[in-house]
Amino acid sequence: MKQHYVLILVLFGMFLLPAQAETPDEKGLQIATEADQRDQGFGDSTATMHMVLRNKRGDESSREVRVRTLEIEDDGDKSMSIFDAPADIKGTAFLTFSHINKPDDQWLYLPALKRVKRIASKNKSGPFMGSEFAYEDISSDEVDKYTYKYLRDETWEGMECYVVERDPVDKHSGYTRQVVWYDKAEYRPQKVDYYDRKNEHLKTLTFHEYRQYLDKFWRGMRYEMVNHQTGKSTTLSWKEYVFRSGLTDRDFDKNTLKRAR
Amino acid sequence: MGKSYGEWLVRWRYLVLVAVIASVAIAASGARFLTFKTDYRVFFSTDNPQLQAFEQLQNTYTKTDNVLFVLAPKDGNVFTQETLASIIALTEASWQIPYSIRVDSITNYQHTEAEGDDLTVDDLVPDAGQLDAGGLERIRNIATNEPLLVNRIISPDGRVTGVNVTVQLPDPEEQTGKEVPKVTAFARNMVDELRAANPDLDVYLTGMVIMNNSFPEVSIRDQQTLVPIMFAVVVITLVLLLRSFTATIGTFLVIVCSVLTAMGIAGWLGMALTPPSASSPTIILTLAVADCVHILVSFLHAMRRGLDKTGAMVESLRINLQPIFLTSLTTAIGFLSMNFSDAPPFRDLGNIVAMGVMAAFFISITLLPALMLILPVRVKPGATNHSRRMDNFADFVVERRNFLFFAVGFIVVALVIFIPRNELNDEFIEYFDKTVDFRNATDFSSENLTGIYTIDYSLSAGESGGISEPEFLDRVEAFANWYETQPEVLHVNTLTDIMKRLNKNMHADEPEWYRLPDQRNLSAQYLLLYEMSLPYGLDLNNQIDVGKSATRMTVTVKNISSNEMLALEGKAQEWLHENAPGMRADGASPSVMFAHIGHRNIRSMLTGTSVALVLISLILVVALRSIKIGLISLVPNLAPAAMGFGLWGLLVGEVGLGLSVVTGMTLGIVVDDTVHFLSKYLRARREQQLAPPDAVRYAFSTVGTALWVTSLVLIAGFMVLTQSPFKLNSDMGLVTAITIAFALIADFLFLPPLLMKVDK
Repeated sequence: MKQHYVLILVLFGMFLLPAQAETPDEKGLQIATEADQRDQGFGDSTATMHMVLRNKRGDESSREVRVRTLEIEDDGDKSMSIFDAPADIKGTAFLTFSHINKPDDQWLYLPALKRVKRIASKNKSGPFMGSEFAYEDISSDEVDKYTYKYLRDETWEGMECYVVERDPVDKHSGYTRQVVWYDKAEYRPQKVDYYDRKNEHLKTLTFHEYRQYLDKFWRGMRYEMVNHQTGKSTTLSWKEYVFRSGLTDRDFDKNTLKRAR
Repeated sequence: MGKSYGEWLVRWRYLVLVAVIASVAIAASGARFLTFKTDYRVFFSTDNPQLQAFEQLQNTYTKTDNVLFVLAPKDGNVFTQETLASIIALTEASWQIPYSIRVDSITNYQHTEAEGDDLTVDDLVPDAGQLDAGGLERIRNIATNEPLLVNRIISPDGRVTGVNVTVQLPDPEEQTGKEVPKVTAFARNMVDELRAANPDLDVYLTGMVIMNNSFPEVSIRDQQTLVPIMFAVVVITLVLLLRSFTATIGTFLVIVCSVLTAMGIAGWLGMALTPPSASSPTIILTLAVADCVHILVSFLHAMRRGLDKTGAMVESLRINLQPIFLTSLTTAIGFLSMNFSDAPPFRDLGNIVAMGVMAAFFISITLLPALMLILPVRVKPGATNHSRRMDNFADFVVERRNFLFFAVGFIVVALVIFIPRNELNDEFIEYFDKTVDFRNATDFSSENLTGIYTIDYSLSAGESGGISEPEFLDRVEAFANWYETQPEVLHVNTLTDIMKRLNKNMHADEPEWYRLPDQRNLSAQYLLLYEMSLPYGLDLNNQIDVGKSATRMTVTVKNISSNEMLALEGKAQEWLHENAPGMRADGASPSVMFAHIGHRNIRSMLTGTSVALVLISLILVVALRSIKIGLISLVPNLAPAAMGFGLWGLLVGEVGLGLSVVTGMTLGIVVDDTVHFLSKYLRARREQQLAPPDAVRYAFSTVGTALWVTSLVLIAGFMVLTQSPFKLNSDMGLVTAITIAFALIADFLFLPPLLMKVDK
């Protein structure tokens, strides 16, 4: 009889062990961490971002922004956006120190006013320059900004992908959850579904034309965001990516905002 | 023809019975496809210019379908910890409403404040729990002085506030009909919970979504109350008139089958129900009675005269087949004239009723006689009181024909001169009477917080980014200021208020900087800054187009009539023409759409009614084989509607969408009386060579009873419609009932004297 009990226990253990080894939460976190790891060490980057906004009627409008990013260890990245077009906001510069557990520090230089303004706002969920991208959609992806849950494997556009749900930690986020498709080959996000506060599908972001820089860092050259509720959409195109051009903290200082060109 | 048909029917009565019931069953099974439309836009055809303008505006910015919670604390003060906490909770919960894309309240209002070179953007009330008296007072001051909020989200005295939820429903083509009820049920549940949690708060629920949901609700209420009443009226009348159980059962079956057939075919054809088209069962029910009454009165009359059942039915069909066919055809044509209406629900109503009328014709010449032949029918022989009374009445008309001719003629003219007193008005809130919750909530909101009638303008600067041009902003502000001074206006939502506030914030909140920025770059950069600081759902996309080339201005007005609405918009157009020709834009909104719909419909229905009149007159000329009589018939055919609208002008004086279709519709109905009377009159003149006075007597004695009974049923039927909580239906019912009453008067008191004068 005793031997039977042992056998049953062993059998139970065999079923339980793999599940204990990796819960969906752990696997999700592991995938997100791996994706983050693979992008670490880029140092700094600059690029030009071209935005095309479209409304339901098909009217279009475009914006152009140069973006400089400085990688910061153990915190969110620092970034500087310099607006080039339309002409009436040319020279406007936006500096962000993004943080994981507290509101970002944000400064904006308004050339027409010749002043730097600090913006104290918890909001990252509003539209960026009137587009379908929220500021939180394009600010730096830090692992700790979300909790994760691995959902399934799935083939998307011919790529084997991990499908991972991530829930924003920030209660001011505009989303209840996001579902991300990472390709298994390179752990690059290929697609993100955004779910609004009532957990309904709001937007879909897809990444296109991935290019590798410095034999390591992948960047999508084109982002397509579609808002399913309003019928509006935005295309982001990236050009002129340069890595490790030697940017330092001094280039991301609010006192240098005015001189940002 | 009628006789041989009667004999054919007698032979094949069982087969006919089975065939008709089977056909009805097949047709009726289509009723399962019927759905209710829950969108006020169904009242507008796709090529309606006002609808197109509004759709274009919505596609440029965002949609404006909304749910508005109106909150009135019993202590008369919104600015208490408890009430503000309730508003915060309600605002949070409102993001969970299906299809919601935006929630505006005083607590999540994005207040901007400057401190040196720091700009703070935050909810006006992030947390109510920590507010002391000073904090509450500060919030009251900000809220009740903010032009974006006052008379929109908060009343100037701080007694009533609102939480406005913008809802983006799928495109009408993609809607399944469940979206609006889902949103409404969710919102109502929230209201219940709010009332339970906070008994000191009065809560009202309004907005375009709630209105949309009220359409099927009133339709269903109509079905549940009006149809049974109508059945009761019909049965009582029939029992009294026919005094035959079998005849009553037969008639009852005919009208049920007619309604089922018409509604079933409507389902097969994919029609959707709206309050106007949902009243078709009541109307079909009413109209179907007439056919049966004519056949049964003659049939029972013949049996009382001593004919056997078969002989009596053959005789009845012989004398009735043609007039019933004619009257059904003309009635159908009258209803089909509604196809000229600009409002699709009335086209559906016309088509469904026309189908019902034709179904009633076929069923009452097949199923009804077959049933009568199969079931036992007993009558007491001998003349009835009815016909004796009719004979006396005929004598009176013949003797006093001159007096009647002038007296009735005078009444006609006296009523007709009041027609111009009718004014067009389509206030869509008043489509619902005060038994409908939505109406009461909306009235409360209009009186205490904000109106539901708006006019929207998409003001274009003409170039990308042009909304930041100081000159353009100045023009927009001047236009907004002009609107603010109009007495009908409650609120003007304009970008310039935001720009002024930002300019002040950028200058350390110095009050003298509360003015428009004087450089384009400055405005553009303020907007960039502001947009980046707004949270999800509270962006400016509802006010600025993607190219920043145009801005939307929304004017909220009090409950004004559609004429006042059009006048106000007309004045605004003049102002724009004189002061800002470059940014001219038509006002577009549901209110503007409804303000135009009466005009558009009356114009289109004039064509429709004329076509129907010509067709019907031609049919009468051919059927009666006399151009002269055909022309004479025009008088009793047209006079009733004219008299009806004259009386309406005298008593009410307000016409709208619902009444624009009445003339065409009643034309087809009132013609029936004329047809029956004239066909009997001519039969007497031609077959029996009687002189006009005796022919009139003959006509009265043969169809007089049937005419007044059918008219009575029709009047009762349309009076039942007046009990509808939906004004389009109740007004239509009342004017139609009045018109039918006048038609009876015209046919009994005016047509005979006219015939005796003209037909010599």
